Amino acid sequence: MNYKIMGKFISQILIVEAVFMLPALFISLFDGDGDAVTGFFAAIAASGGFALLLRLLCRNSMRRFYAREGMVCVCLSWVVMSIMGCLPFWVSREIPHFVDALFEIVSGFTTTGASVLSDVEALSGGMLYWRSFSHWLGGMGVLVFLLALAPSGEHASGFTMHLLRAESPGPNVSKLVPKMKTTARILYVIYVFLTVLDIGFLLAGGMSIFEAVCTAFGTAGTGGFGIKNDSIAGYSPYLQNVCTVFMLLFGVNFSCFYMLLLRQIRAVFADEELRMYLGMVFGSILLISLNLRGFYGTVGETVRHAAFQVASIVTTTGFATTDFDLWPAFSKGILFALMLLGACAGSTGGGLKCGRALLLIKNLCRNMRRLLNPRRVEAVRINGNVIGETVLDNTNTYLAAYAAILLVSFLLVSVDGLSMTTNLSAVVACFNNIGPGFEAVGPTCNFSCFSYFSKGVLILDMLAGRLEIFPLLILASRSTWRHR
Amino acid sequence: MNIIIAGDGKVGLSLTQKLSEEGHDLTLIDSNQKVLDSSVERYDVMGVQGNCASMRVLESADVRRADLLIAATSADEVNLLCCMTAQGLNPRLHTIARIRNPEYGKQIFTMRDVYKLSLIVNPEKQAAREIERLIKYPGFLQRDTFARSRVEIVELRVDEESILKNVALHELDNVIHCKVLVCAVSREGVAEIPDGNFVIREGDRLFVTAPAENLTLLLKHMGVIRKKAKRAIICGGGRIGYYLAEQLSRHGLTVQLIERDESRCIELAERLPGVYVIHGDASSQDLLNSEGVDKCDALVTMTSLDEMNMIISLYGKKCGARQIITKVGHTDNNSIYDNLGIGSLICPKELCCNNIVRYVRAMQKSEGAALTVHTIAEGQAEALEFLVDGQTMHAEEPLKNIRTKKNVLIACISHGSKTAIPSGESVFRRGDTVIVVAKGGMRLLQLNDIFE
Repeated sequence: MNYKIMGKFISQILIVEAVFMLPALFISLFDGDGDAVTGFFAAIAASGGFALLLRLLCRNSMRRFYAREGMVCVCLSWVVMSIMGCLPFWVSREIPHFVDALFEIVSGFTTTGASVLSDVEALSGGMLYWRSFSHWLGGMGVLVFLLALAPSGEHASGFTMHLLRAESPGPNVSKLVPKMKTTARILYVIYVFLTVLDIGFLLAGGMSIFEAVCTAFGTAGTGGFGIKNDSIAGYSPYLQNVCTVFMLLFGVNFSCFYMLLLRQIRAVFADEELRMYLGMVFGSILLISLNLRGFYGTVGETVRHAAFQVASIVTTTGFATTDFDLWPAFSKGILFALMLLGACAGSTGGGLKCGRALLLIKNLCRNMRRLLNPRRVEAVRINGNVIGETVLDNTNTYLAAYAAILLVSFLLVSVDGLSMTTNLSAVVACFNNIGPGFEAVGPTCNFSCFSYFSKGVLILDMLAGRLEIFPLLILASRSTWRHR
Repeated sequence: MNIIIAGDGKVGLSLTQKLSEEGHDLTLIDSNQKVLDSSVERYDVMGVQGNCASMRVLESADVRRADLLIAATSADEVNLLCCMTAQGLNPRLHTIARIRNPEYGKQIFTMRDVYKLSLIVNPEKQAAREIERLIKYPGFLQRDTFARSRVEIVELRVDEESILKNVALHELDNVIHCKVLVCAVSREGVAEIPDGNFVIREGDRLFVTAPAENLTLLLKHMGVIRKKAKRAIICGGGRIGYYLAEQLSRHGLTVQLIERDESRCIELAERLPGVYVIHGDASSQDLLNSEGVDKCDALVTMTSLDEMNMIISLYGKKCGARQIITKVGHTDNNSIYDNLGIGSLICPKELCCNNIVRYVRAMQKSEGAALTVHTIAEGQAEALEFLVDGQTMHAEEPLKNIRTKKNVLIACISHGSKTAIPSGESVFRRGDTVIVVAKGGMRLLQLNDIFE
């Protein structure tokens, strides 16, 4: 294992993080909030100092870098980033307990949006900004950001592929253009453009700049941290609809946007994953609206709430405009199913991903047909392209790991003695990076009811969900650390 | 530049490595997904699976935005069709095709014009030409020319009897009585750029730069007799063997060509009048003895197996063949070959890649880019030729006042028709060409990159 090059990467990530904490520091300075300033100052100093130390220790690293280094590097960098990121909350005593602070920032970076705070509005401005910004940074991935910035030639070899693969969601990660750096830049340009557009629409609806920016960060990363105790419910119907549309947009595979830029419009709408995603979204909205007849005053209001909640859950954002925990069982059932499925691969959303579900379904159908006709040879296709057996194999393994982690976490969390629905939905909501679940962790409640042990389990779940399970499992595997 | 490489075989892979190091945007096309996957893992490139001559595949490799297409699949016809199709889709595209069938050999230039190709490469023919050059001038392991053939870089091996053994480089002039410059030394497979205190040891391979006329003197003073080669034994009647036998016999050498396959022998005999085509196993020592390997001027081993070539060459060395040239397909094992001391190694794949890389660099035409590039010591070092232009720093300054980067050496300065090995007092002026030798992986894109 090439520790030095990993140290170098992590030091660069810490520097990026320290730089991104500066705006939050300025906001705190502007508000004249002494404790928050101390918190951010300590965090920036700590990450800067640690980065310099790592850089010093990891001079003249070799360029040897393989899949195992890629996975471990991504995973470690997320852990280190989370620890540094929680310092402002902890040092400023705004979230007094370290595990709570860590839970909050991991929930931010993994774009989960689950909070342990019962009164969000009590946080200072800088902290609220940093919480929302962590969504934005974690949504597209900080390593991808690093790749986009890297001077040409520095990361020229193929190993960057291992980094992208470990950090980007989806079963079959590929580059948009030959160079990794250009790919990373295209992704971030689309990301920034959509975020700015979102801010513009929110401002037009009468939000203040601070609110608009924070809400847009939460939407863009499909995170879900609100800056109000009632999430988005207090805003006007126009603002809620803007959020619905942008949440859905950020749940689309970013390569679709790139193809739109290249004017390959037909190819975009022929994309099977996009079709499945849109079909799922509109079908769910329709069914929930029918199920909710008479629940709200008008049909318009019913559809608005249904659409918002469906978009919020399917893209794994986790904003809420209403307490969907009060909805009838069928509607809740649909939402629960959407929680598991999640958004498109290659988006900022979490979950199992539509693309992966599509592969699993197709593979299932094929294997069923094979039972009937054992000699039949058949390839699985998506968008007309044959999917290799290794990809199918990996997808099946992913599903197994997914189920195993859900089960184990559910058992561990159950120790706290809360209700079954609470435990299951909390694990599902954290693991799929959604945020709110049902009952005690429903949209109007928070995760403070869990013990610190359970919070630890949920922190690991969130990381596992964001990094697509395997990097985290590999970190825990003994053969990774064996000398080679 | 956006470059598409069709065919991810040996040449494709080698090109991928070289061109991605130079920072180009590469897309690979191959029909084998496994091969593609391993390339995408190792280099920062994109892979497209499919037949490179199909329009759909070319479109998905974004041929309309590409600047250059290099077709190097195993089939000549596919390469041609691929280039022509791509040209049809993107008229401003440059295309390079690898054509290796000897039956097309004579029509290469016509084909290039008719099919609007930019360059046709034939690795085997090129290798044969290289070998022929080595046979014509024995004593050197490799030779590369610069500055329109006025400067050469040659490779020579220091063996037991050599007068260069245990000589420090600053004493070199007194030993060989002429001015040459040792610009790189490969010792046990590791190349370095030496300074004056460097002491030459037995087994080193020296890369020497000098004006062409000084090299003749060097050979004479080193006691290497330059006798014209009269008889050559070629083991293996593949494509290179065919080209080489044809060229050598045209230059009046007696050529004995040993080939194992009988029908191939008949074919060769039909196409090569005047060449002794011998049917037999070249690895059999009896056969080699009966063909007079001990007294031949040159033994060239080029069967399809690297290991076999090594064995035959070692036997030839033991018998006392005067010059031995060995073809290798893989350059990975060069550190092993070095210790065997069996003379020149020729790698057709490398020659072909260097040729293409040179074309790519010429295409860039950016200000101050290298005119020619040669890799020496298996790619561990590079010799680059630059033109001094208005942008070049330190022109008109004596070299002793200029600080260059570590592991960089100014090997030669050509001013007009005069070529000189530089000393501390030398200067380069606008319009001169300068040859720089640098350790590999330094990314020297223009002359200014060598200065501190």
